[in-house]
Amino acid sequence: MTPTAEPPATGPSAFLPRSFRVAAVHRETAETRTLELQPVDGRPAPAFVPGQFTMVYVFGVGEVPMSITGDPARDDRLVHTVRVVGAVSRAIAGLRRGAEIGIRGPFGRGWPLTEALGRDLIIVAGGVGLAPLRPVIYHVRAHRAAFGRVSVLYGARTPDELLYRRELARWRRDGAIDLQVTVDRASAGWTGLVGVPTLRLRQLTIDPARTLALTCGPEVMMRYAVRELEHCGLDAAQVHLSMERNMQCAVGLCGHCQFGPDFLCRSGPVLRADRVLPRLAIREL
Amino acid sequence: MDTLEPLLAAHPFARHLSAAHLHVLVGCARNVRFDAGQFVFREGERADAFYLIRDGCIALEVATPTTTLTMMTLGAGEVLGWSWLFPPYRWKFDARAVEPTRAIALDAQCLRTKSETDHDLGYELLKQFALMVEQRLHATRLQLLNAYDANG
Repeated sequence: MTPTAEPPATGPSAFLPRSFRVAAVHRETAETRTLELQPVDGRPAPAFVPGQFTMVYVFGVGEVPMSITGDPARDDRLVHTVRVVGAVSRAIAGLRRGAEIGIRGPFGRGWPLTEALGRDLIIVAGGVGLAPLRPVIYHVRAHRAAFGRVSVLYGARTPDELLYRRELARWRRDGAIDLQVTVDRASAGWTGLVGVPTLRLRQLTIDPARTLALTCGPEVMMRYAVRELEHCGLDAAQVHLSMERNMQCAVGLCGHCQFGPDFLCRSGPVLRADRVLPRLAIREL
Repeated sequence: MDTLEPLLAAHPFARHLSAAHLHVLVGCARNVRFDAGQFVFREGERADAFYLIRDGCIALEVATPTTTLTMMTLGAGEVLGWSWLFPPYRWKFDARAVEPTRAIALDAQCLRTKSETDHDLGYELLKQFALMVEQRLHATRLQLLNAYDANG
């Protein structure tokens, strides 16, 4: 039931992009798009563990790491959500239906879904940090009885910067998970929560002994999320976070994504907080 | 006779209070409810109570000449209002129910008087409110950081 994927590729194929065609582009926010990609060769899309990433190659422009954001149960397409931060991500966000790109992977370690079985889950996401957690939510909703209480706290700067708004509305309506969406700055017409998502942690009913927490977002938010969760009785070892660094080879050879003793492309991007937290406060690391 | 004690005891604010202090609080408490859109209090009014929210949602707002800004929302298990603790005991913001909301209102004059005669109670209340102020200050700093804009 827990999604599985081949171990991170290390052979020559790990360096050879596979061609995918853009099947659909969805506008999430002014700077964010979600792309549905189908393999050009007609074979299934690669299996992945929620939290893993691929290297997305725009021919003639460059390659960047991107979290997989689709449903792990679907093998007909690969889904990525891209926020424009540089030349390659701008090129990806500008792709139209029918365009071809190259994909390597999936790579890295994903969220600990096997460990989460039978336990309560707290998911704290900030901004585009919801993207790598969306496959977890798909998986949990598809296997709802296998998990205890599931709380998702999602924050963004403004209502216009929330990802997956239709899905959020649907998830909140059907009540399968406890979803709380909050923004830093409310605009006219916003009737939801206002404030940072970490502040809401203390309002949850938490049984620390049976809870696992997953968080992804700006590093400063993740740091404080871990501290709040510790205040709620969790140990940092029960908290997992997804790190973003400059992955390039994606197979632990080039060292560009080194973070202390870890190459995040292989040891991460998902790491246990007790392992990574002391390093998060070190400047320039 | 039914009292508010079970409701009060169930609220996270009362988690660290002794039975004796809880009993004192019950003597200053009343049940309140607010309809969606109804103001709990307005800026400048006397801060004569604070509220333990049982369910619903309250927005803290500031009205400007052109619009109304929501600074934060408070929900079940949270505490609304600390201006009752400090002179001149006036609310600094508007508080408005976003949805039907139930709360326990605690009378400020009653608690201030009892805290003056029972400093242990006053100290416990101040500890609770200091913790809340620290959390809100921290949350406000996070909001000001605009962290979602930064890469990483």
